[in-house]
Amino acid sequence: MIKYLALTAAVALGLGSGVALAAGKAGKVVNYDFSFEGPFGTYDQMQLQRGLQVYTEICSACHGLQYVPLRTLGDPGGPGLPEDQVRAYSEFYEVFDPTLFDGEGDFRAATPNDHFPGSQMSTAPDLSLMAKARAGFHGPYGLGINQFFLGMGGAEYIASLLTGYTGEEKEEAGAILYENTAFPGGWISMAPPLWGDDVFYEDGTEATLEQASKDVSAFLMWTAEPKMMARKQAGFTGVLMLGILAALLYLTNKRIWAPVKRAAKQQQPAE
Amino acid sequence: MSGIPHDHYEPQTGGEKWLHRRLPIVALIYDTIMIPTPKNLNWMWIWGIVLTFTLVLMIVTGIILVMHYTPHVDHAFASVEHIMRNVNGGHMIRYIHQNGASLFFVAVYLHIFRGLYYGSYKEPREVTWIIGMLIYLLMMATAFMGYVLPWGQMSFWGATVITGLFGAIPFIGDTLLVWLQGGPSIDNATLNRFFSLHYLLPFVILGLVIVHIWAFHTTGNNNPTGVEVRRTSKEEAERDTLPFWPYFVIKDLFALALILAVFFAVVGFMPNYLGHPDNYIEANPLVTPAHIVPEWYFLPFYAILRAFDDTVWIVQFASLITGGIIDAKFFGVLAMFGAIVVMALAPWLDTSSVRSGRYRPMFKWWFWLLCFTFIVLMWVGAQPAEGIYPYIALIASTYWFAYFLVILPLLGVIEKPLPQPETIEDDFKAEYGKSADAAGEASPAPAE
Repeated sequence: MIKYLALTAAVALGLGSGVALAAGKAGKVVNYDFSFEGPFGTYDQMQLQRGLQVYTEICSACHGLQYVPLRTLGDPGGPGLPEDQVRAYSEFYEVFDPTLFDGEGDFRAATPNDHFPGSQMSTAPDLSLMAKARAGFHGPYGLGINQFFLGMGGAEYIASLLTGYTGEEKEEAGAILYENTAFPGGWISMAPPLWGDDVFYEDGTEATLEQASKDVSAFLMWTAEPKMMARKQAGFTGVLMLGILAALLYLTNKRIWAPVKRAAKQQQPAE
Repeated sequence: MSGIPHDHYEPQTGGEKWLHRRLPIVALIYDTIMIPTPKNLNWMWIWGIVLTFTLVLMIVTGIILVMHYTPHVDHAFASVEHIMRNVNGGHMIRYIHQNGASLFFVAVYLHIFRGLYYGSYKEPREVTWIIGMLIYLLMMATAFMGYVLPWGQMSFWGATVITGLFGAIPFIGDTLLVWLQGGPSIDNATLNRFFSLHYLLPFVILGLVIVHIWAFHTTGNNNPTGVEVRRTSKEEAERDTLPFWPYFVIKDLFALALILAVFFAVVGFMPNYLGHPDNYIEANPLVTPAHIVPEWYFLPFYAILRAFDDTVWIVQFASLITGGIIDAKFFGVLAMFGAIVVMALAPWLDTSSVRSGRYRPMFKWWFWLLCFTFIVLMWVGAQPAEGIYPYIALIASTYWFAYFLVILPLLGVIEKPLPQPETIEDDFKAEYGKSADAAGEASPAPAE
């Protein structure tokens, strides 16, 4: 694991610097299927665990998850790691603790109460909210119809980005840019992070490029929206209860108005 | 209240009489709840209750959010994430508050356009209308400042653009801008004052809502015919009206429950649909988003703001005769505020003696064109200002002004209205006399 981290960090540090933000053509986003889509969709716990593995072994070399508390890895509706695994996983990270060393601060192993570390590189954005900060689907004609039916498409965007490298690269202002079909403008400064078989999944799933991309995208959707399942549950309960309330009020209303309307009909001259 | 003859509250028991002599609060509540209300109100008259409920919902959820939010540029974004992740039920409270703003504006636009169609702004309800417009302006100010608080990219850059509008005012603009922002740019001082005002203004709105209700309880409700309730005797008044409780309270609550079911579906299943993804990126003064787009409810007026650039002859003309004092940017600002001013002046611009659009054959068409224009403006406001979009925005903006400044005054003169029913009772009988089981739901509601 450490070897991967070091390797990826070296690759990223050497090749990826500078931010390429070119306006212009929007990228092409593939509508991948995710288990959490739609009003009744839920996270696939195994997929979140695989995504956590990809994040840990590959992404975390440069990127961070500064808003995500490590303890939430054990929360229901998430990867659902057992408590001892959460603790063991946390110790894998080092965090800066300002209370240590007589108030001068020092590094120590993280505990479940800490957050994931932030980005290791200033040019690598924090990924905590990335799946909500990007939209994969737009239009047509600015009407928002696609987003209504397909969802916002943040996870689809990330998966498309990870699988969207063409292999072409160019040098611009001293930085190497990589052609990517999903990235707006077409050229991105992040070197291809996944190639296929980058990780070995314990559950036997084959870690193809597409599979690993989808897994880590699902995981990042969870980091961005950890309470999604509780929210959908609350929404469902709310709609159901309000529906029952509306039905009862409809009947009450009909009953209250019935004599008034009957009187109006009786007074009407015969037609 | 309301000048409509009806039964007043009489204290019965000893305790009631005791209290009534000292504080007639029960009488006030009774008269408010039992106000005679025109029988024939249709389903477009529910939005007032929806709006009142939404105001309370926003205040309650807002107060809870304040308990966990930190108004500081270094902590605001993280504290919102803290609410979303660590506070029990925080994600629901926050999403309800966030989407509640949209519910508020959906309801207020339908409420305003209902007033425009049925002539609710006309004599003697001008004061109700003006107060309503003040509430609407305060709502926009409150919503704008609330959107800044999460301190995302769109918060920051939206605040930069909108406060920048005040910088376009000739002579005092730059000084005013610094004063409003509390510094040379949007920073911690701006965030703090916006937070303070975002907490204050809803209570001002609440006060104005009470005055708004007081005003129309004095004049009585308008109704789909625009014909006044008969006030000559209590018997006649009772044939035109029903007490608000229970007839309209239950009806409005039924509508409210349905609307809230839809609202909860949005909050539960697609809470970010109406938002902008860029606002999940923390504010960064060094990185400008590709497109700075306001929330959907500001888009019609944002489109009017952008429509008048310096290629439009009227802008060039205004610049010429004022010696450049009114430039394109300031003209746009004037147009945006002017669009609301002309709407507020509708009671005096509309010369027709007939209130309800139902009996105005020509007005109807212009009114629906206005609704269509409003939707077009909303759509074009989100498009980049290039290609064909500025022309569409300009045509639509022109129609907005023409409707209030030209069409409303002229129609009153040239239009021949249709015959109106003598009384509200007649209208109610015509509606329910013809088919026994066609309940209220079938009544025509001009859903916009």
